[in-house]
Amino acid sequence: MKDFIIPDRDMGTPAVKSDITVNLLVDGIPVSVPAGTSVMRAAAVAGISVPKLCATDHLTAFGSCRLCVVQIDGMRGLPASCTTPVAEGMVVHTQTEEVAQVRKGVMELYISDHPLDCLTCAANGDCELQDMAGAVGLREVRYEPGQNHFARRDAEGPNPEYRPKDQSNPYFTFDPAKCIVCNRCVRACEEVQGTFALTIEGRGFDSRVSAGMESDSFLSSDCVSCGACVQVCPTATLIENSVIQIGTPEHIVKTTCAYCGVGCSFDAHMRGEEVVRMVPSKDGKANHGHSCVKGRFAWGYATHRERQTQPMLRERITDPWRVVSWDEALDFAATRLRQAQQDFGPDAIGVITSSRCTNEETYLVQKLARAVFHNNNTDTCARVCHSPTGYGLKTAFGTSAGTHDFDSVDETDLALVIGANPTDGHPVFASRLRKRLREGAGLIVLDPRQIDLLKTPHMGTGLHLPLRPGTNVAVLTALAHVIVAERLYDEAFIRERCDWDEFLAYAEFLLDPRHAPEEVEKLSKVPAELIRKAARAYAAAPRASIYYGLGVTEHSQGSTTVMAIANLAMMTGNIGKPGTGVNPLRGQNNVQGSCDMGSFPNEYPGYRHVSDPETRAIYERAWGVELSPEPGLRIPNMFDEALAGRFKGLYCQGEDIVQSDPDTRHVTSALSAMDIVIVQDLFLNETSNYAHVFLPGSSFLEKDGTFTNAERRINMVRRAMTPKNGYEDWEITQMLANRMGAAWSYTHPREIMAEIALTTPSFAGVSYDLLDREGSVQWPCNDKAPLGTPVMHIDGFVRGKGKFVHTEYVATEERTGARFPLLLTTGRILSQYNVGAQTRRTENSVWHPEDILEIHPSDAENRGVREGDWVRVASRSGDTTLRAHITERVAPGVVYTTFHHPTTQANVVTTDNSDWATNCPEFKVTAVQVSPSNGPSDWQEEYRHHSDLARRILPTAAE
Amino acid sequence: MSHDDMSHDVSKLIRMATQMAQFFSSQPDRPAPEAVAAHINDCWTPRMRQDFVAQIRAGAEADPVVRDAAAFVRLPAA
Ligand code: SF4
Ligand code: SF4
Ligand code: SF4
Ligand code: FES
Repeated sequence: MKDFIIPDRDMGTPAVKSDITVNLLVDGIPVSVPAGTSVMRAAAVAGISVPKLCATDHLTAFGSCRLCVVQIDGMRGLPASCTTPVAEGMVVHTQTEEVAQVRKGVMELYISDHPLDCLTCAANGDCELQDMAGAVGLREVRYEPGQNHFARRDAEGPNPEYRPKDQSNPYFTFDPAKCIVCNRCVRACEEVQGTFALTIEGRGFDSRVSAGMESDSFLSSDCVSCGACVQVCPTATLIENSVIQIGTPEHIVKTTCAYCGVGCSFDAHMRGEEVVRMVPSKDGKANHGHSCVKGRFAWGYATHRERQTQPMLRERITDPWRVVSWDEALDFAATRLRQAQQDFGPDAIGVITSSRCTNEETYLVQKLARAVFHNNNTDTCARVCHSPTGYGLKTAFGTSAGTHDFDSVDETDLALVIGANPTDGHPVFASRLRKRLREGAGLIVLDPRQIDLLKTPHMGTGLHLPLRPGTNVAVLTALAHVIVAERLYDEAFIRERCDWDEFLAYAEFLLDPRHAPEEVEKLSKVPAELIRKAARAYAAAPRASIYYGLGVTEHSQGSTTVMAIANLAMMTGNIGKPGTGVNPLRGQNNVQGSCDMGSFPNEYPGYRHVSDPETRAIYERAWGVELSPEPGLRIPNMFDEALAGRFKGLYCQGEDIVQSDPDTRHVTSALSAMDIVIVQDLFLNETSNYAHVFLPGSSFLEKDGTFTNAERRINMVRRAMTPKNGYEDWEITQMLANRMGAAWSYTHPREIMAEIALTTPSFAGVSYDLLDREGSVQWPCNDKAPLGTPVMHIDGFVRGKGKFVHTEYVATEERTGARFPLLLTTGRILSQYNVGAQTRRTENSVWHPEDILEIHPSDAENRGVREGDWVRVASRSGDTTLRAHITERVAPGVVYTTFHHPTTQANVVTTDNSDWATNCPEFKVTAVQVSPSNGPSDWQEEYRHHSDLARRILPTAAE
Repeated sequence: MSHDDMSHDVSKLIRMATQMAQFFSSQPDRPAPEAVAAHINDCWTPRMRQDFVAQIRAGAEADPVVRDAAAFVRLPAA
């Protein structure tokens, strides 16, 4: 099924939840709605659209335009239907002579201050003002031309009320001349996005929408370009530039954002094969009609001029690329891979799957390794971000996934956010959390930096525990210490759901004075009193939830930290009911999915170990080959083996390991030591500088498949346009596999999903038919839960009893010393995504043109570093240069940067330290020195040189 | 290109095993060497396991738990 034309009907006011049902009569039609519903919505339920301007079901009713008036028997005057709640037995008339008169009058006023250039207006055909003028039968405007906001000038000279367009935002335009001051945008920015960037200035005729201060433009204001205001604007005042350029869409394809782990559902509004705009789906179960700047606007990379659409190859990585046919590229790749196995043994080659690709694509790539290469050398970039989540949660609870859905946040009384920066990393989730914080929920943040969530407008006071990078386990263990010492734990829950004796053993471990806040303060620099306060608050909240990110996992003790988090939730009974839980915020869109799909070298899909004979038997039967019972190589092991001369070939789909993995030099020398590196991507990325074969990939707009978000939700990705490179990615993997002797014959990803369902118990009930019908489902989805599982571990843990693992703090080897006295920690920002391959190729770069080093004023002063200076950051692995930004967001002794830009190569500095259980690299802690510098480091120069050389493409022979 | 080429070095496997030992030494449920070996058996390729055991047998310096773990590491049938 490709296209859905679903009339996205606006019901006027948001749905209300209530156990009480109210019955009423609207224009003679009986309707039943939950108590608290507006008359407008009740009418809409009866199929009647009451004219409206300021109301929309995205926002709470405001009641300013008075276009929606109705007559209600027994009520005086004409009440506004959007702000009037229904009552039992109410009799409503939506159209009477009096009502019609009032509406015409209202419209006449609006139209008298509105330019009448409808034919050439970008919103023509998609303008609620236009629709309403039609709906109320407005036929004339009796006002004389007079004072207005839209004419640039009149006979007397320039119009003092006129304001020019604000085109500062690269994605949308604000044209004040068309504004009807309905307030929707202001309310969307507050209620939906939670940024409070917009206000209405002035009163009456003087009132205007303004972004920030009067001198501000959208770009210079607090606006984060989420687009919520654009979506709700009823006129062309706030409108996407793409609509201005292209025109109105004619069909819709429902799909899923390919950026972050929130997994927002989108309606791709199309004209032919061109995207006109992306609108977050109101029925999207993760995002409920909201999105961030990346998903809504940053899709232009799919048609960027640097997009590669033809296969290329070269003998040596120092040669220029030669454009070749698919046949030639695939034959070359297959032959060299087989050659490497002949020369160096079956284990000499492997694959890296991507968390950006679909489940079906990932499944095929790991199948390629297991069934065609006959080894288990498959790993995924999730290795470098969330592998400790898998290990930790599986150990504690029995499943490698978060426990709750995002909707659960609406019921939480306190959110403990650890090592995550949701307003930048997971913006739509952050908006939902902020809404809850404004409603009074508590907030505790455990992070070295003062993240923006702490500055949420209109929330209570949040607690910030600014710990030293690398001391997560110590602080979390101290929190547990306080909970046990002060007997704040939930004994009934522990006795029922966990092993009481095991808890007693853990309690004894915790009560040792070395875990007391006073001791932990010495290493973490978090005041003991703050630790106690946080522990008490977390334990006292009726429903407390934990959300965590890469600041937890990307440490040498990442897995231990995840288990410490699980312990906290179990001992306070914060598992199994809405508003609680342990929820990893996954980085990339399909981190969850790529792990689920068996990308890890020791696990088949569904997290079943390769040594398990029953699982192997299932796949041996399904695939008709004998399978290896031995774990394969993880990504860092692949590099080590390559340098040892034993790993010679790599097929890398959709990942840029050179930029995203730690210790860049180690990675590049490993790649240089291989005989065949195959990169499949949209662009010539950093890894392709070391590749022999380049296979052009397809973007998420060009393929069918599924992504699984951080709440285990399997969402559909649907093809909206023909792949520019000719093939969807799964087809390319299939062609390569078949050249290596496989006889795969998938004709559509739905068949791949059918195979996944057949072989993986937790996916047994998943099919494209089900997904088309339900929109999305959360695994486990099988006979026991035919429509999926929003909240896990409700009556018991998947593993039986919850497990309390002891959480001893072990200092990272990456200690600061005289040579490297500062701790570098890394993160991300809103407008860019991961290695930035896509976002850098969009206008998002206006917000983040380069990576910046944040440094505390005292550290800067000691080093003679001023704002904006070039500085050199050096660690024991390497050094790089970037510009400094002086800020108190970071504590003294800590510096911070992002890794979105290849020229910075922040990972030249990161080391090969990794998590003890999973080898997830320790990105979050590197000991460094910072010093003034006057330009790029030698490495940057050398790298740029190689990169320029490696990207040459020979001109194709003239025809 | 100038880089310090490390071949698959001794210290790295032992270093990883040492990290595991640090974790499992504080767990009450089973002897740390066995737990370390079980984790290694679950996650390392036969070749890595072979290298590791060979290094320990050759007398590489290591934490006692790591050294004891070597005895429980499963080696591929020769
Ligand atoms: S910009 Fe649009 S949404 Fe905002 S007040 Fe004006 S017309 Fe209404
Ligand atoms: S784009 Fe988003 S943040 Fe910016 S003004 Fe509109 S609603 Fe507010
Ligand atoms: S990047 Fe994340 S939050 Fe933004 S639209 Fe995409 S899925 Fe939603
Ligand atoms: S729609 Fe009800 S007052 Fe504007």
